[in-house]
Amino acid sequence: MMGTLLGTGRLARFILRRDRLRLTIWVAVLALVPIGVANAFIELYPTEASRQELVLSVGASPALTALLGPVYDSSIGALTAWRVGTIISLLTGIMTVGTMIRHTREEEETGRRELLGSTVLGRHAPLLAALVVAIGTGLVLGVVVAAGMIGIGLPATGAFAFGLGLAGVATAFAGVGALAAQLTEGAGAARGIGIGIVGFSFLLRVAGDGAEASGLGWLSWLSPIGWFTRIRPFADEQWWVLLLWLALGTVVVVWAFAITARRDVGAGAFPPRPGQAMAGWGLRNEFGLAWRLQRGALFGWSVGLAAIGLVFGSVANSIGDLFAENPQLAEIFERFGGEEAITDVFFSVAVSIIALVASAYAIRAVLRLRVEEEGMRAEPVLATGVTRLGWSSSHLVFGLLGPAVMLSLAALVAGLAYGVAVGDVGGEIWRALGSALAQLPAVWVLTGVAMALYGLAPRLVAVSWAVLVSCLLLGQLGEILQLPQWALDLSPFTHIPLIPVEELEVLPLAVLLVIALALTGAGLVGFRRRDIQPG
Amino acid sequence: MSSAITISGLVKNFGQTRALDGLDLEVATGEIHGFLGPNGAGKTTTIRILLGLLRHDGGSATLLGGDPWSEATELHRRLAYVPGDVMLWPNLTGGEVIDLLGKLRGGLDLAKKQRLIERFDLDPTKKGRTYSKGNRQKVALIAALSSDVELLILDEPTAGLDPLMEAEFRNTMDEDRDDGKTVLLASHILAEVEALCDRISIVRKGQIVESGTLAELRHLTRTTISAEVSQDPGPIAQLPWVHDLLLHDHKVDFEVDSDRLGEAVEILAPLGVRSLISHPPTLEELFMRHYRDGEAT
Repeated sequence: MMGTLLGTGRLARFILRRDRLRLTIWVAVLALVPIGVANAFIELYPTEASRQELVLSVGASPALTALLGPVYDSSIGALTAWRVGTIISLLTGIMTVGTMIRHTREEEETGRRELLGSTVLGRHAPLLAALVVAIGTGLVLGVVVAAGMIGIGLPATGAFAFGLGLAGVATAFAGVGALAAQLTEGAGAARGIGIGIVGFSFLLRVAGDGAEASGLGWLSWLSPIGWFTRIRPFADEQWWVLLLWLALGTVVVVWAFAITARRDVGAGAFPPRPGQAMAGWGLRNEFGLAWRLQRGALFGWSVGLAAIGLVFGSVANSIGDLFAENPQLAEIFERFGGEEAITDVFFSVAVSIIALVASAYAIRAVLRLRVEEEGMRAEPVLATGVTRLGWSSSHLVFGLLGPAVMLSLAALVAGLAYGVAVGDVGGEIWRALGSALAQLPAVWVLTGVAMALYGLAPRLVAVSWAVLVSCLLLGQLGEILQLPQWALDLSPFTHIPLIPVEELEVLPLAVLLVIALALTGAGLVGFRRRDIQPG
Repeated sequence: MSSAITISGLVKNFGQTRALDGLDLEVATGEIHGFLGPNGAGKTTTIRILLGLLRHDGGSATLLGGDPWSEATELHRRLAYVPGDVMLWPNLTGGEVIDLLGKLRGGLDLAKKQRLIERFDLDPTKKGRTYSKGNRQKVALIAALSSDVELLILDEPTAGLDPLMEAEFRNTMDEDRDDGKTVLLASHILAEVEALCDRISIVRKGQIVESGTLAELRHLTRTTISAEVSQDPGPIAQLPWVHDLLLHDHKVDFEVDSDRLGEAVEILAPLGVRSLISHPPTLEELFMRHYRDGEAT
């Protein structure tokens, strides 16, 4: 066994060398979030009494419990853990899966793994080196966060539970990434499986915590993201929960190693099948080609968004159950506008989450252009009768129409799930559709950002992802961090009226559309003028 | 129209590096033109400018009578291109890629495609990611060669092909020459260029250092003579136009400029020639000479 691990240390150092900037930015951003939020809570809720009040109102709001998980205590630390726990474990999961796929399957797909494999390097070393870096990053993140929390005066025990929890999340999802990397030949599909599992874990937690009243609370216990809440940092820590991550991580890692030991380098779990000897009718122009290259991801993401819609729609319904069982609670909420108002708030927040996921798809769809260019596959197409405009539009179309399809689908499923329960399918579907489609202009701004970067600064396309994460953080935590309005205004999603809570306003939507159009146009024109730059 | 490609004083910079430094190139319609040079000399950069994939920083380039940048699409319908590094879509089959590229160019000779698939012994049902380098090359070659176009631009087209397939490629090129197609063949495989090309341009560090037919280029250089004589070959050493002389008993090896070949034979004849081998410079020698001379300056 030792022989098959030869060179792991050297390879891990090499991965760190390649990713030093990427991982530093991730850790810095993820560490600043909980420390910043804890600081904000200290300022906003200085007295125990004010915090008690907050806990009571949160505990009474099933919508907040569904989205963020239950709140266990009124201390600053417990409130911070509740407020940021879900989003930070979600992002940690995405970071970890990304690191794993990047240094395992992607290396195999590009053939670089073969070059390394011919040197003095054990068969299992590449996978182990990626695991060491991915889990190590989680541990570093945990230590930095814990140190920061202790630094601003939070109890050390809770800070360590929080930090170890993040390391636990990283361990479990590093294992998931390792396994996903064994299954498919393409890195894109492997990344899709891995991040899909992270998203599914988030949904399990939302479903479990949102439908606790309906007896579905156990769903949260199936989710590595749910465990982060269950370790209960700063609120009577349950250390044994750490074992859950460790156990899951161990099982999937052993499984992944077992597959690596048997499979060929470069091969997936499924043997490649022969295909058509001739191109079909659909594969006759650049749009047919783009459809072939994009359709798998389009279907996968659509199914994912429909699943999110289903969970949110059903959870909104179980919020109704809660009111039925607890007339006292219903009475309290009558003062805030009744049950309908509470589900409206829930829906508007849910829709903004769906819009962010659709934006992630849009960016990915547009950046396929860069993947093709870097992979030297743009050149042969552009050396035929295909124009630059035609080729770039063939993929851009997915970044524009894909999110529209996905938002509609998610809204339809959510509206249907909720409408069936409340006996008003027609009305609920229209409400959900309207609220989802109002998000489109903001999503298209991100499509435009990706296109503009691709056309004008192709080496910087990864900045699109930084913009998306910034929008997520501004939207979720901007207000609690007391950021100035101009900072919040930087995110296009800030300007979308939260239908159905707020009235539909046309002007901000029109302005966003103009910005999206300008960015997209700049990208298309820029691409027509620039050199094709593989690598 | 007698010129398929006319390039003069072409300049291209990548940041601080100057990839093309005033390159001139003339490819006549109907000829197979060898574009010869070591790695990194600027062959691929020139081709990419001709295809409108890169913008040039100076000089001018005309392709099939049009501007390669602003009229790219119209020109591309009249040419086919095989890149030096063929990358295929992992989940498309070879057959699909051949058909797609053909359709994107505006037409494919189906009978010729079928013939070439058989000739090159390609399995068109395999997915892109399962092809070896040589098979990827075949896919791009079949797609280009079965297109009904005036001009073929081939960037090291036989890289990765086995000798059998290389021979098939040469046969196909001979047929295309008979059809009157123009071919720009970038390569560093000298035997291939020597066997196929009507005219040759040698590029080094972004400039053309020599251009002409193989015969013209040979004329500029020396012929190698190896002889065995019965008398003492010593006197040959006195002659100023004899180069790189090697004497070994009665054996003698030397080089002469091509226009002195007659005099060399006259000198040897009285010495009693037992055996005589004379061969013109190979392309390799031409190539090495330009490369070495360049390095020295």
